[in-house]
Amino acid sequence: MLLQHAAEAAAHPLAGSIAEWMWLLPLLPLAGFVINGLLSLVPATHLGPSDPDVGHGDANAHAAAHDAVAVSAHESDAHGGHGDDHHAVKRHRFAGLVSFVGPAVLAASFALALAIWIAMRGAGEMHAPFVQNYYSWMPAGEFDLTFGFHLDQLSMVMILVITGVGTLIHLFSVGYMREDPGYPRYFAYLNLFVAFMLVLVLGASYPVLFVGWEGVGLCSYLLIGFWFSEKANADAGKKAFIVNRIGDFGLLVAMFLLLANLGTLDFVGVNSAAAQLGFGSALVTAICLFMFLGCAGKSAQIPLYVWLPDAMAGPTPVSALIHAATMVTAGVYLIARSSALFALSPVASLTVAVVGALTALFAATIGLKQWDIKRVLAYSTVSQLGFMFIGVGVGAYVAGVFHLVTHAFFKALLFLGSGSVIHGMHAAYHATGRHDDAQDMRNMGGLARYMRVTWILMWIATLAIAGIPFFSGFFSKDEILGSVFARTHGTAFAEMSWLGIPGPIVLYAIYGIGIFTALLTAVYMTRMMLYTFHGPNRTGDGERDHLHEAPWIMTGPLLVLGVLSAFGGWLNLPELFGFLGPVGTLDHWLEPVVGENALRLTGGSPAHVEHGTEVALIGAAVAVSVVGILIAVVRLKPARLVPKAQAPAEEGLERVLLNKYFVDEAYDAAIVQPTVAVSRGVLARGVDQGLIDGALVNGSAWLARSVGRLGSSLQTGQVGSYAWVLVLGVLAVLGAFTLR
Amino acid sequence: MLAEALFFSAVLFTIGVIGVLTRRNAIIVFMCVELMLNAVNLSFVAFSRAYGVAGQVFVFFVMTVAAAEAAVGLAIIISIFRHRQTVNLQNINLLKG
Amino acid sequence: MREFLDSIGYDRWILLALLALPTLAAIGIWVHGAVIGNDADARERGSGAARHIALWAFVLEFLLSTGLWWSFDASTAAMQATLVRDWIPSWGVRFALGIDGIALMMILLTTFLMPLAALGSWTSIRGKRHSYYSLLLLLTTGMLGVFMARDLFLFYVMWEMMLVPMYFIIGIWGGERRLYASIKFFVYTMIGSLLMLVAIVWLGIKAGGATPDFSYDAVLRAAAASGAGGVTMFGTFVPASVLMFLAFALAFAVKVPMFPFHTWLPDAHVEAPTAGSVILAGIMLKMGTYGFIRFALPLFPDAAMSPGIRTTFLVLGVIGVLYGALVAMVQPDFKKLVAYSSVSHLGFVMLGIFALTTQSVQGALMIMINHGISTGALFLLIGMIYERRHTREIEAYGGIARTVPLFAALLTFVSLSSIGLPGTNGFVGEFLVLLGSFRTAPWLTTIAATGVIFAAAYLLWAIQRILFNSLDKPVNEHIPDLNGREIAIMVPLVVVILWLGLYPAPVLRRMEASAEAFVSHVSAGAATSVARAP
Repeated sequence: MLLQHAAEAAAHPLAGSIAEWMWLLPLLPLAGFVINGLLSLVPATHLGPSDPDVGHGDANAHAAAHDAVAVSAHESDAHGGHGDDHHAVKRHRFAGLVSFVGPAVLAASFALALAIWIAMRGAGEMHAPFVQNYYSWMPAGEFDLTFGFHLDQLSMVMILVITGVGTLIHLFSVGYMREDPGYPRYFAYLNLFVAFMLVLVLGASYPVLFVGWEGVGLCSYLLIGFWFSEKANADAGKKAFIVNRIGDFGLLVAMFLLLANLGTLDFVGVNSAAAQLGFGSALVTAICLFMFLGCAGKSAQIPLYVWLPDAMAGPTPVSALIHAATMVTAGVYLIARSSALFALSPVASLTVAVVGALTALFAATIGLKQWDIKRVLAYSTVSQLGFMFIGVGVGAYVAGVFHLVTHAFFKALLFLGSGSVIHGMHAAYHATGRHDDAQDMRNMGGLARYMRVTWILMWIATLAIAGIPFFSGFFSKDEILGSVFARTHGTAFAEMSWLGIPGPIVLYAIYGIGIFTALLTAVYMTRMMLYTFHGPNRTGDGERDHLHEAPWIMTGPLLVLGVLSAFGGWLNLPELFGFLGPVGTLDHWLEPVVGENALRLTGGSPAHVEHGTEVALIGAAVAVSVVGILIAVVRLKPARLVPKAQAPAEEGLERVLLNKYFVDEAYDAAIVQPTVAVSRGVLARGVDQGLIDGALVNGSAWLARSVGRLGSSLQTGQVGSYAWVLVLGVLAVLGAFTLR
Repeated sequence: MLAEALFFSAVLFTIGVIGVLTRRNAIIVFMCVELMLNAVNLSFVAFSRAYGVAGQVFVFFVMTVAAAEAAVGLAIIISIFRHRQTVNLQNINLLKG
Repeated sequence: MREFLDSIGYDRWILLALLALPTLAAIGIWVHGAVIGNDADARERGSGAARHIALWAFVLEFLLSTGLWWSFDASTAAMQATLVRDWIPSWGVRFALGIDGIALMMILLTTFLMPLAALGSWTSIRGKRHSYYSLLLLLTTGMLGVFMARDLFLFYVMWEMMLVPMYFIIGIWGGERRLYASIKFFVYTMIGSLLMLVAIVWLGIKAGGATPDFSYDAVLRAAAASGAGGVTMFGTFVPASVLMFLAFALAFAVKVPMFPFHTWLPDAHVEAPTAGSVILAGIMLKMGTYGFIRFALPLFPDAAMSPGIRTTFLVLGVIGVLYGALVAMVQPDFKKLVAYSSVSHLGFVMLGIFALTTQSVQGALMIMINHGISTGALFLLIGMIYERRHTREIEAYGGIARTVPLFAALLTFVSLSSIGLPGTNGFVGEFLVLLGSFRTAPWLTTIAATGVIFAAAYLLWAIQRILFNSLDKPVNEHIPDLNGREIAIMVPLVVVILWLGLYPAPVLRRMEASAEAFVSHVSAGAATSVARAP
């Protein structure tokens, strides 16, 4: 097996090219992590006396302790998710070095990715992935898991997005986080995240992917809880990790099922052997559904979406990188990567699409009523991820990945834009010394006057996500909805039924939900823009003078993302828009990876709709986008809003939406609290302390002691009574012998 | 002859037992124990007439042991009396559990 | 390296040297203590020497043992570096030593952890240092002897020999309830091991002719022939092999500890001094699972693999995984939490052993090593913070990542390895166990796999309450961060955690032949007994 791979690799068009260096891709950010991580620790370390007892420390230790307290006082005051406040700013002593190392390793990685991409384009048609096995990771009997990387067109897309968007967000972070005392730690985590993300998309087998999968979860945990002095932030981080673990459990079981039935876990092996599982068999459906549980955890789908909105507790660039552009799309990547499996199970695929559609709708309705600018974007992310899952669910893998890419552009832009807004708001509050919520849209308004660049760029992103023609989101969302519609006839879905409902009806329902969600998307995004940038300003009279545009290091990346958001659609133009440029670039690019699998679900030939229908569909999509924006513009009155502090409490449906349908509360009451209560009351107190330790262990000790005490009480010490017992005993024995 | 001797021996033994069981004074209890031993001796001698000389040999053993026991026992009782100023068995319960 | 080791005849003397060195050092310390006398001043100055002698003895021991890594031949499951001398010829008892891949890793784990445990006691043990360090050294001899013994009688002697020093270490240098904990520990373990003694004697007599024979190979042959006998109890015929298996299994199950024989562990862990907890969790728990792999299963494969017994042990293992995790979640004491997490981890090991596939057994062995490293590191870290604040209550902390960032980073890292994050050692073991067990017990394995969720829940919740949240207790604002000695303790552990996570292949390869031999021996034994049954 190994030799065969080696032979394949040797004959591969990429052999000997720069692609041989792909191991360096994750290693560069990893080096950044090591450097920044050490920088974050070194100044805090003191070589104290050998006796660590409190109070015995020498002057050096005390100085260090005071230092630390100063830091703690500084950060525990920080609120609303941004590190600077009214104390003297305490910039980290290595901030300069970190500002260089952090983004530089990413830029180097991006440059390498570009070089590999160029090599791939130059290598011509590439039908097999370029696999490199580095070493034997877990040899155990006949199972020999190698640690290897796997480069194909799909990984390449992901790598370019991760390193490209990642570099921009790292640069933005330099401006955004520079004043934070935890600056080196921040960049260490961010670099580590990118390293794990690259392992995730480069991994040649499910376990290697799983290393990245859990690794990005770890970094997400660390970065959400970056300002850990606030309990809410630490809670959010922990919640993200644990909810993700539920998903990881699913992925683990899927891996076990795969290994038990196919005997291999590397992608090449699984893809070639997948057909053995049988089209539509219960086994392959089980594998896919367990795997989808993993995707639902990582990509925040129902029922595991709850962690993502809370994840906004992290610094805003983190939300942009991890919780919008890259990590949360890992689930979509995994399904596209496992398309050979999902294509075997129309039931599981349709389940993915249905869950995606429901999530998209559900999150969009919540997004309608959020006041926190980042939360609007968070729910919008959940909703857009739902769209991607609709795409990969109905077997339109390219459409899903396409939306993944464009979403990475416009959502990163939106988040970074909101970061720029929050930065400005913070600076304003900082200048006047007021404590208020810098993320609440009710405290914003009219910011367009103060932040021209941010305003324009965020409008571009908003139009893109709303689906206004020629912006990137328009093409990708339209391709997904079009694919759903196209699969209602003549495909595997059309002939099956899902939970007793005929496939075509399910698909029409998904399409309807998708269109309706697109309408809602346009509404809530326009609402966010109106409340933030338009109407009168509600920040406060003193603060208003201090509102300003972010520095160039922050607006620069925004500008690049703005261009990408506007023109990202050119990556994969539909035929209808062939007059704009080359058609279906991404389709062709990903054809070797997912093309065959997509065809399996559509019955051998690409799913198609009539030309007229296609025009009508696009017309409908454009119409709902425009209508959505108009509804928001007409119905919403930014002028009537009052700052958060004076705002009345919401009632009725508004309150339900603001509180996210009380799902968090329901989970807490139905799962978390009972688990803890049962563990504490029944298991720890009842079984452990009561039954096992109390009754059995200490009980047997008590029994031995009691028997002893009973026996010793017979020992009166009276010779007379002993004699009596003796005589009675003799009589008893004699009597027994005599009377026998 | 044997029956009478055994009957007398049994009576003697019973008197000894009752004495041991009912009396409180250690000296008397001790003497009652001697009584029981001698009751046994009597049986041995009586049986020796019927079954040979071994019974008489045993009597000597018992007498020797009884003499040694008397010496040790009396010594203990005296030392107890010195410590506690009493030989009443009800007051002596060092072995109480 | 191999040539050099051969040239000095390393294989011939190494095991004996490893056993003798700690004992000699213990005697040395004891003599030193006797020589300096009872003068308070002299004791104060002299007690420093005790810990230095112990530390250097442990370091030398570790360096000596590392040669085994290279001298060991990974291609065979046969015993290596064997050494056999007559000991009590009239009873058929021999002083027989030898190692296979499994024992090799356990020995290296022991010699690796002991210097760290000694360093961890550096400042925390203040009274009776001479006794403490000599007991620690004697304990080492006992533990290594258990892993090396190739004679059941010798094994039993070593098994009891390590019990006594640990009893004193907990009972003298422990916490407030040390007497309760030490007696509980002693009696619990003793009850199990006495039944094992009966079984060993039975086997020895059966294996021998005129005189008993306790050597492992003879006993193995005798046990294979033991299926015929048995007793009738309550109207059912119980084969002798089942009774003997249960006698062994009880001794080992207490040691593991398997649910429901685990309640001595939390008490012993909480009351033991840091080094005691490290050794208990890191090494002594492994003797239970080692015993299953070395004795209980190979000697009585038909009994162990009979459906009733096997299912019982698998289910108890899975219960241990979930129960340990859930109970750990609600412990207010951090040491107790880690103790229950041990129950959870060792549950995975039991699952892996009884699932009986090469992967699951290799995984179980990996968890044994990993648990030693990670839990040992956790206990050391708890000891470090305990020396500063004198409490282990989780609620007494909060937000201390501000004041002790290095400690926080290490605690987070070690916790993550205990959770089984890929890239750390914890993942490799759990993954292999689950992967392997899934083939023979899919449903139970799926249930056990949910343990990964609870593991994250209890440890992350605990470290959040200790390290994160707001720094709201003034007393926590002046904790000094780790000093040089403590960093020196943690660095090797961190290195090993990463090494075993990223490149465990060298370790796995050295255990592979032994694990495969174990699996094939047990499954073959079980199969022949099935064939023999009417």
